[in-house]
Parts: sequence; C-alpha cells; structure tokens
Amino acid sequence: MFSEQLSKKFDKMVTNYPTKRSALVPMLLFAQDEVGYLSEEVIADLAKRVELTELEVKNVISYYSMLHTKPMGKYHVQVCTNISCMLRGGEELLDHCKSKLGIGHKQTQADGLFSLEEVECIGACSWAPAVQVNYDFHENLTPARMDKVLDTYAKKAKQ
Amino acid sequence: MADLVSHPDEIKVVSSRFGKGATNIDRYIELDGYKAVRKALDMTPDAIINEVKTSSLRGRGGAGFPTGMKWSFVPKESAKPKYVLVNGDESEPGTCKDRLILEHDPHAVIEGVMIAGLAVGAQKGYIYIRGEYRYLLTIMQKAIDDAYAKGFLGDNIFGSGKKFDCYWHTGAGAYEVGEESALMESLEGKRGIPRIRPPFPAVVGLWGGPTVINNVETLASVPHIMLMGGQKFADFGPPKNGGTRLFCLSGHVNKPGVYEMPLGYPMEKLIYEVGGGITNGKKLKAVVPGGSSTYLLTAEEAVKMNCDFDSFAKTGGFLGSGGVVVLDEDTCMVKFALRVMKFYQHESCGWCIPCREGTDWLKKTLTRFHSGGGVKKDIDNINYLAQNMLGRTFCPLGDAAAIPTISIVQKWRQEFEDHLEGRPCPYENKGIPEPAFA
Repeated sequence: MFSEQLSKKFDKMVTNYPTKRSALVPMLLFAQDEVGYLSEEVIADLAKRVELTELEVKNVISYYSMLHTKPMGKYHVQVCTNISCMLRGGEELLDHCKSKLGIGHKQTQADGLFSLEEVECIGACSWAPAVQVNYDFHENLTPARMDKVLDTYAKKAKQ
Repeated sequence: MADLVSHPDEIKVVSSRFGKGATNIDRYIELDGYKAVRKALDMTPDAIINEVKTSSLRGRGGAGFPTGMKWSFVPKESAKPKYVLVNGDESEPGTCKDRLILEHDPHAVIEGVMIAGLAVGAQKGYIYIRGEYRYLLTIMQKAIDDAYAKGFLGDNIFGSGKKFDCYWHTGAGAYEVGEESALMESLEGKRGIPRIRPPFPAVVGLWGGPTVINNVETLASVPHIMLMGGQKFADFGPPKNGGTRLFCLSGHVNKPGVYEMPLGYPMEKLIYEVGGGITNGKKLKAVVPGGSSTYLLTAEEAVKMNCDFDSFAKTGGFLGSGGVVVLDEDTCMVKFALRVMKFYQHESCGWCIPCREGTDWLKKTLTRFHSGGGVKKDIDNINYLAQNMLGRTFCPLGDAAAIPTISIVQKWRQEFEDHLEGRPCPYENKGIPEPAFA
C-alpha cells in the first residue's frame, strides 16, 4: 500500500504518543500525499495501524478540510479569499483561475492535471493575495503572475 | 520564503534571528542559542516561573493570558505525565507571524518548550503545526533531529541527567483546532471538537495529564526572557504588557509585512509610518486590530489606540493575535462582514447549536443583504443574532464570529442601509445585483 519509507515512518509515529490513534491526523495527511487521496484501502490500512475501526477513521477525516476521499488534480490549486487576500484581489484571482483552468471550486480537470479550491486563510496575509499549489506558497500574486505559476506547473507535468 | 521587512522603530527580540540562518543548529548556538535552557537547568521551577511572571509575558495567540500564571496552575505533583503543547495551528485570518518564527528560528521554539517543561515538570513536548505549513514541518523535524543528535534532547539533556523529549505533529486544515481544548483532541487523533471546561488543561489536558499550552510566539519569547532577564523584557512595553510582539500588517497598506513592535505602540504610527500609509493615497476606513475575531475599529478609533492588551480591554475590545488588517475607504463593510461570516460558518464544527445555526443564518442574511435583497429589519436581526451567540457557545468560535459582526453592524449601519431596496452594492460597479439566497 505505502512505500517502505512511509511505512517505516508510520511505525515510528505511532510510538511518539501514549496512544496509537494520536498519530492518525499526520498519518492521514502523509498517506494522502503519497497515494493522492484517502481511498477505502488507505483508510482500512491506517485503521489497522492505529487500532481503530474504519468508521472511526472516516469520522476523523470528515472534520479536516485538507483531507480528501476523492482523487484531486496532480496540482491542487488553493486560492485564499479570506479577508487579507480579498482586500488585495484574492477573489479576482479565484475567478481568473476558474476561467483559466475551466473548473470551479473543488473540481478537477478531466485529465487530472489541475484541481481548484477556494480556501480559508493560509497564513500569508502580509504577502496577499496568496495561493498554495499542493504545499508550495505563491505570494503577492496578480492574474498575470498566476498564469506564470500555472504554466510552470503545466510544463513540469510534461517533463 | 516570505519576504522580511524592517522599520527603525522595531525592537527585534523574537525576530532577532530572522534571516540569519538560525535553522542550522550550529548557527543558532552561535547566536546565543540553547544558552537560556542551560541557565534554566540551574534554576528551580519556581524561579523560572517567577522570571516569566516578572517579564509580564502574555499569551501571543490572542487571549493575552499571563504566561507565568498559566504555568503556575500546573500541579506540582501529578500521577499522570505532564506535557507541554505548542499551538502552531496559526489560522486566525490576518495572522502570519508564527509561520515566520517556525521558518527562521525553529530552535527557539524547541528551547521555549524545554524551559516550559522544566518550569512545570513535564518531560515531553509536542509542537503542533498546521497542515498547510508543510515546509515548516520539514524544518521543525530537522531541528528536533539535530537537537537530539547534539544531546540537547533525549534522556540526558546537556548532561544534566534530566530527560526531555520533543515531538512534531501536524494538523490537516481546521481553524477550530487553534482553540486549546480542540487542539488537544486533534493531537489525540480525533475530530477537533472542543472540551468542556473546567477542568482546564493545566489540570487535565493531553491524555488526562496536566498540560501547558502556549502559542509559538509566546514560547519563542521565553528563551530571550531567560537570557535578558524578565524585567528588561517587561520594560519594552507598558506595565503588565511586557515585551514586544509581532504585528502582521496586511490589507490596504503600502508596506505590508510582519513587524516586531514594543507593546503599547500607537496604531496610528503602525499604519502610517511602519506600514507606509494607505495604498493609492486613499483614506482609512477601518482596522481589524488582531485577527478577524476582534472588534473592528473605525478610523477615528484606530488612530487613538495603543497596541497593548490593556488599552484594548479598557475600550471593551481585544488586541487579539497581532493580525492587523487595514481597510481603505472603498471597502464595502457589508461584503467584509459577509466574508468574515462565510469563514466562521465554514469552520464551525456544528457541535453546539448557537454557533452552527448562528453562523449559518448570519451568512445567509449577509449574502442576501449584500446582493440587494435585504430588508430593514434584517439589520437589527443581524445584530440580534450575533449578540445571542456571544458567550453562549461551547468554544470561543461562536464569539469569534459574533464579535466582528456586532462591531460592523453597529459602527457602519449606514452601509447596510445603503444596500436596501434592491440597490446594488455602492462600492462595486457590478450593476445588477447577484441573485439572492446564494
């Protein structure tokens, strides 16, 4: 299911706390990073590792907005439109991304390259408007700069 | 990654190592790193707590609770292990300071955790970093590994025979987890539903053990306090508001950025001198003084305000998290109130009814209002709904949603009236209003 490296990391993580389930949230995130999303198989595997039922794991997943149970794009574009970003053009940036990528909030392109999400504050307020593509921050953006960012990822995918 | 800024009025304490390569443990040691914890190892727990009390350090997460006092609530004897928990779930809109600390000075946080541990008798510390800050988790993982490799962490810290373990942890996207009891639930691998208090975390916290929970900036201040002495730190600010804090300037200012100012610094200077004034030469309309959950200030109020906890408390407001968001004269306050409520509605966990229903109805009403579908009695209704959330929710998220809403509807009532009778938003040139009931 997981790479040997991640599997080993999980084995260590469950020992970092007095209870195994304490490692669950980071494990879910790391599993998602490797597999792409939290599939039924991933959930079943993790549930065993932390000695919970699959239902209990799903119960946790639904609380956290970064955890996805459906495949996302290879590059997940997360546009912040919260107050600091909104004041500096975050909403316009989101509209721009929608038309440029041809998808809406929480949608994925047919070829699976990009997905888009309007997100809440990502902690880049002083460098607004900001976007996260997967985990990478892109700050002080304009629609033109956003195009460059998206182009860079599109090129990267072809390599 | 994020750009660093500077202003002559700054007093760089917590930010003193920013941009100096202090993520490298040897460089950190060169810059007086890990001296404070060695000093603390030779002190009694009470002496450490007293030093922090002298500094009048208050929680930098937003609540401003005196740190030394918080530590003193932890019982001396405990059958269960005690813990130190670092709240790095920075997600209050407008706040981006802990990110810089974790990026530039991760060892200061580790050192702060260790000193807190020595003060309360804990042997384990957990550093919880929000999921979005993945690159900071990598930095922190390396910092912790390096500290273990040097023997600073582990079974015999600095050869003192004492034991201290430090672990990293990450969230996965949840604002509410920034509330301390929800933070503990999340660390225990559960949904971040807040716990009822009392008992407070200092008595019954993580896995039932006494737990000290502090913000990243609070703990990063502690090593500096130990080295310079509590009194010197206290003297940077007005009485009972010791030290400096990181202010995150954002919104309509010419020089947004994170600046370390002494507490009590005038808001007017912060906006016009440090922040370089309002963008495009416009006039100031409003200021969010400390993250979106604080009462907004009008321009007239803001320029009279000093940025310390007690000056705000005197006016019935909150200094908050240090996230100063500046709004120019062309900002639609109805739209702003709507965006704030959209956030809280999204983040409400639904556990308690006043918050779940209150945020939802307020979002619906504000959406309708901003698109021109509002009626006059809605204005009072917004205020009434928000007032009825105050103090009636399980955790402070309900208050956080109500507070900005109340201040906006009370201070900018005219703007709500300007949206009445199907009129389009006067601040937007969109022409035809959007359909209501979105």
